[in-house]
Amino acid sequence: MTATDPPRISACAACSAAPLAERTAGRAARDDAEILLSLPTIHCAGCISTVERGLSATPGARAARVNLTLKRASVTTDPGVSAADLIGVLDRLGYEAHELDPGMLSGSAADRAGRDILMRLAVAGFAMMNVMLLSVAIWSGATDATRDLFHWISAAIALPAIAFSGQPFFRNAWSALSVRRLNMDVPISLAITLAAGMSLYETMLSGRHAYFDAALSLTFFLLAGRYLDHRTRAVARSAAEELAALEVPRALRLRDGIEETVPIADLAAGDIVRVKPGARLPVDGVVVAGQSEIDRSLLTGETLPVHAGQGAELSAGEMNLTGPLDVRVAAAGEDSSLHRMAELVAVAESARNRYTSLADRAARIYAPGVHLLALAAFLGWLAATGGDVRLALNIAVAVLIITCPCALGLAVPAVTTAASGRLFRRGLLIKDGTALERLAEVDTVVFDKTGTLTLGTPEVTNLGEHPRRAVAVALALAEQSAHPLANALADSARRAGVEPAPLADVTEVPGHGVEGRWGEMPVRFGRAAWVGAAPGQSTAAWLRLGDAAPLAFTFADRPRPGAAAAIAALRAQGLAVRLISGDTAGPVTQLARRLQIDDWTAAALPEEKAALVQRLTAEGHKVLMVGDGLNDTAALAAAHVSVSPATALDAARVASDIVLLGADLAPLGGALVTARRATRRIRENFAIAAGYNLVAVPIALAGFATPLAAALAMSASSITVSLNALRLR
Amino acid sequence: MAMLVYLIPISLFLGGAGLAAFFWALRSKQFDDPEGDSRRILNDDWDEYPKP
Repeated sequence: MTATDPPRISACAACSAAPLAERTAGRAARDDAEILLSLPTIHCAGCISTVERGLSATPGARAARVNLTLKRASVTTDPGVSAADLIGVLDRLGYEAHELDPGMLSGSAADRAGRDILMRLAVAGFAMMNVMLLSVAIWSGATDATRDLFHWISAAIALPAIAFSGQPFFRNAWSALSVRRLNMDVPISLAITLAAGMSLYETMLSGRHAYFDAALSLTFFLLAGRYLDHRTRAVARSAAEELAALEVPRALRLRDGIEETVPIADLAAGDIVRVKPGARLPVDGVVVAGQSEIDRSLLTGETLPVHAGQGAELSAGEMNLTGPLDVRVAAAGEDSSLHRMAELVAVAESARNRYTSLADRAARIYAPGVHLLALAAFLGWLAATGGDVRLALNIAVAVLIITCPCALGLAVPAVTTAASGRLFRRGLLIKDGTALERLAEVDTVVFDKTGTLTLGTPEVTNLGEHPRRAVAVALALAEQSAHPLANALADSARRAGVEPAPLADVTEVPGHGVEGRWGEMPVRFGRAAWVGAAPGQSTAAWLRLGDAAPLAFTFADRPRPGAAAAIAALRAQGLAVRLISGDTAGPVTQLARRLQIDDWTAAALPEEKAALVQRLTAEGHKVLMVGDGLNDTAALAAAHVSVSPATALDAARVASDIVLLGADLAPLGGALVTARRATRRIRENFAIAAGYNLVAVPIALAGFATPLAAALAMSASSITVSLNALRLR
Repeated sequence: MAMLVYLIPISLFLGGAGLAAFFWALRSKQFDDPEGDSRRILNDDWDEYPKP
């Protein structure tokens, strides 16, 4: 990824997480006959047939099917066909493809749950329409035998439909009651069952009022709210899973000198693993052979690559830069990084459970209130009429139905769906339902530096200070290396119009640099110690021409696009902005000055980051933490709400509530505005629902509520609430 | 009013048929890739002869 990339925002996680996948090296054969590929650039009818035809024509591939909605292709293959072959085929066709780890995608379970709710919704809708039509006849004046017949038909439709469609509510209400708690589903279940039971009783006695249509529309509207809620969560979950699935956990194991590709789970302590340049370390271990440089910015926040030779201890997640390394596994799979990750996730989740959402707070006031009101109506009318149980019960049921929680059930999911859909299009993935509410409360923003405010890719800062001849030599040497500093130098030099000097015998010395001959003069480009220079404060690569004094090319980390805009937007909204980094003081000061952040901390340990967030929280601030590394994970979990970029380490993404899908940081400012608007809409929706109740409850209490009035109040409030949610932009 | 004896069962049957069709569509995974399916109709790959 370079700064010249336009900020990409897309509906598929893979499109923006491509850099992640590009770093996942070492793909090879697997035994499964099913290969899943992510195709971020696919978009049209032509693409579907090109891809399917291309994949099917590949030897070994039996069938290929593209899913355009998910931007994925699943290929059934003979054993022995590797994803890399298929990716090669697609590359020649002009499509970017990344392998997905099917184990990380639990799509089918979520699909089944969604299909289940949709089916119940369909049944409730069907029954509601039919009963509503029959009710219209009754409301327009059907009497005697006709009314009884219509009531009986309604009962025959409504009772089985409620028994089937209402199950999610009944089950939730039961599980809440069995631990002696009240949730939103308790009044819902009570209202539905009482309305249905009361109506059946009235029908048996040839009564005038039956509330079958009300019971059904209550079920229908509430299920609609449930479905919206489920879909928002399913979309977020599948995108988050796809990010995780892009990192296929595989390692190159060396056995008797032969390389073989194995899943990380199969590695045991003592195995030797080969890590190629550009690959991420799959395990914790000790270097037994090879020399290289290691980028540990995701773990510690340091931008400067560290030299790694024999005996160096490395941990999973670090990136190998220049030379191949053979690493003896110190702790395999679950004992090491995975375990650490699981612990961090557990910490994050327990912290999250402490937050009470707006919906829960509303339910806590609403649920007992409604029950007491209905009970008071029952007792009041019982006393007033001198013991007419039937009338009193009728009015109590009318009160329960009129104070219908269906507007409340829709108030939150409708807004959350609208808001997270909008933010998703802007490149923000909301993983947690209450994240928007928490985001709206934020007053302090804490940023990590490396990988968050910066891209983690360096750029040369002092190219102009060196003679052009020296730059030409440096360019010629740098182009022979895959080291990020060398790449950065080569990029800037080429862009400045420098041609590489003609060199001979250019060789890369892994872990040190590149050397060669320029005419008769030996030249070297690499680490300070290797070229005989004293290392300075800032990140630098050194060039030595013959016996002359070495020249330093200094580098600074490149700020993420939109970082300045995001910080300006946050500050304009009156938020305090802080920077805390594990990197050394030099680069942190430089970046803080560049982005005009006054409050910064350098060389912070992971615990110090978490401690800062906890201290701010204790002072009464609501902290938004933005970070990407393993060293940020504790702070991300401790913060009120947290954001991580898609390029972040898996653990950091899991610990955060919101994932930034694009490379651009600018949507962050707008996200806070949207979150605040969404929370305001939720409150408005509660107010609308309360307003309806304020008008309708006295009518119901006075005994004037008819099934027609109940149906009108319920539909009107549900529709107003949904429309209000859609106003969000 | 005697018409109701026929009309109500007929309307229920027709509505039920629609519901059954929706169930079938849901079960046969026709909602899994709405975007792709809407484009596949434009595809002329198998217009001349059926897909083997």
